[in-house]
Amino acid sequence: MEKASAGMWRKIDTRYNLIGSECEKCKTLYFPPRIICRICGRDTKMRSRKLSGNGKVYSFTTIRVPSDTFKESAPYTVGVIELEEGPKVEGHVVENGKKVAIGSKVKTVFRKMYVDGDEGLIHYHFKFETI
Amino acid sequence: MAGIIGYGAYVPRLRIKVEEIARVWNEDGEAIKRGLNIKEKSVPAFDEDAATIAVEAARKAIHHSGINPRELGAVYVGSESHPYAVKPTATVVAQAIDAGHNLTAADLEFACKAGTAGIQMLMGMTDSNMIKYGMAIGSDTSQGRPGDALEYTASAGGAAFIIGKEKKEMIAEILKTVSYTSDTPDFWRREGANFPSHGGRFTGEPGYFKHVANATKLLLEQTGFKPSDFDYVVFHQPNGKFPLNAAKLLGFTEKQVEEGLLTPIIGNTYSGASMLGLAAVLDKAKPGQKIMVTSFGSGAGSDSFAIQVTNNIESKRKRVAPLRELIAKDKMYIDYALYLKNRSSIVRT
Ligand SMILES: [Zn+2]
Repeated sequence: MEKASAGMWRKIDTRYNLIGSECEKCKTLYFPPRIICRICGRDTKMRSRKLSGNGKVYSFTTIRVPSDTFKESAPYTVGVIELEEGPKVEGHVVENGKKVAIGSKVKTVFRKMYVDGDEGLIHYHFKFETI
Repeated sequence: MAGIIGYGAYVPRLRIKVEEIARVWNEDGEAIKRGLNIKEKSVPAFDEDAATIAVEAARKAIHHSGINPRELGAVYVGSESHPYAVKPTATVVAQAIDAGHNLTAADLEFACKAGTAGIQMLMGMTDSNMIKYGMAIGSDTSQGRPGDALEYTASAGGAAFIIGKEKKEMIAEILKTVSYTSDTPDFWRREGANFPSHGGRFTGEPGYFKHVANATKLLLEQTGFKPSDFDYVVFHQPNGKFPLNAAKLLGFTEKQVEEGLLTPIIGNTYSGASMLGLAAVLDKAKPGQKIMVTSFGSGAGSDSFAIQVTNNIESKRKRVAPLRELIAKDKMYIDYALYLKNRSSIVRT
């Protein structure tokens, strides 16, 4: 339980607000955020940057046989979203009556991702929705 | 006095029709639709709750107001369906709108009027210069016991209002607010109980009508306004009939109530109800027009507000799509089985 709390707490800004990181030197954007730039190594500083959440579907699949964590969600669609700022982000795509296709424009919404059993934490997270 | 700097509203897109619920319980759907003046209600998706609805409304309110969320000094969330028994919804909202950490936050509970209670608290805090801006939210995903009359109306939705005291930033000024409160056992839910209990017919006269009428009369008395001075009137709307009856009782016309009456198309959003009604009215209202809002929360109490729209409303209006457009265009109908699944009443094993 203690481990779940700490892990969730560290990821809150990433999960709620799509906060990534940007290398001050080469301007490469990372999501999820990285402490060290893949290109410049330690020879630079990284700063937090909020991503818009707008982008398009790069790839997607529908999960019909879920793990226990997502048994309430299934069937659900997971997409790789290419954000307008560049990074590719994996995320759930919520149902809104529109067909999901490669290239579909998306924005983020705020939803429950999963819950830790009957007494544990509720994990909130961004998801994507076609527009 | 303090006023509204911006607002945002959110209603989940899933809908279930009254006929569909009536079909399951072998009741007369047409008669229920007429009796309650309601066609369909909103249903939260399996991954929506009072916190996610509050966040969606809050983000729109920030966008609409144009303020920096870091300038919020307080976030209050009113709900009777807070996701946790202990752990605030308001902290989730504050973090999800990037309000920073130099602020106070709390969850409020007063059946369907906790959100308007939040507005009153923020009026005091902004008028006294304790904070610059505050956000009050009413958000709920209410449940009716299967087969109970409440099942036809209990729905989901929420609205967020940003309160401040600078006249040049307000879209509407709150001219006056008053309340009427008494200990009335008309509706309750004990800790750990899944569904609320209510006093049946007892909820109407001594609950809703008495408190709505007394708060509204007190507001009129203290402001000197007559019912005809208001362009729009919003009453709490547990069904589509009560607000129309309250209007008649108090000398308002059906026309004054119409624009802010959303229950016939989304159901009773509890803490969201009067605030969503106000949002729908502000979507339409013109500078100079007057709005009266009277909320109601079982247990019981009513908060009444006299509001006047300012010139700033037109320039901010373009920023967010109107609530009635969202309700009409973004919806998906579900049957009773999917309704149970989305409400987690049936779960994959
Ligand atoms: Zn770099």
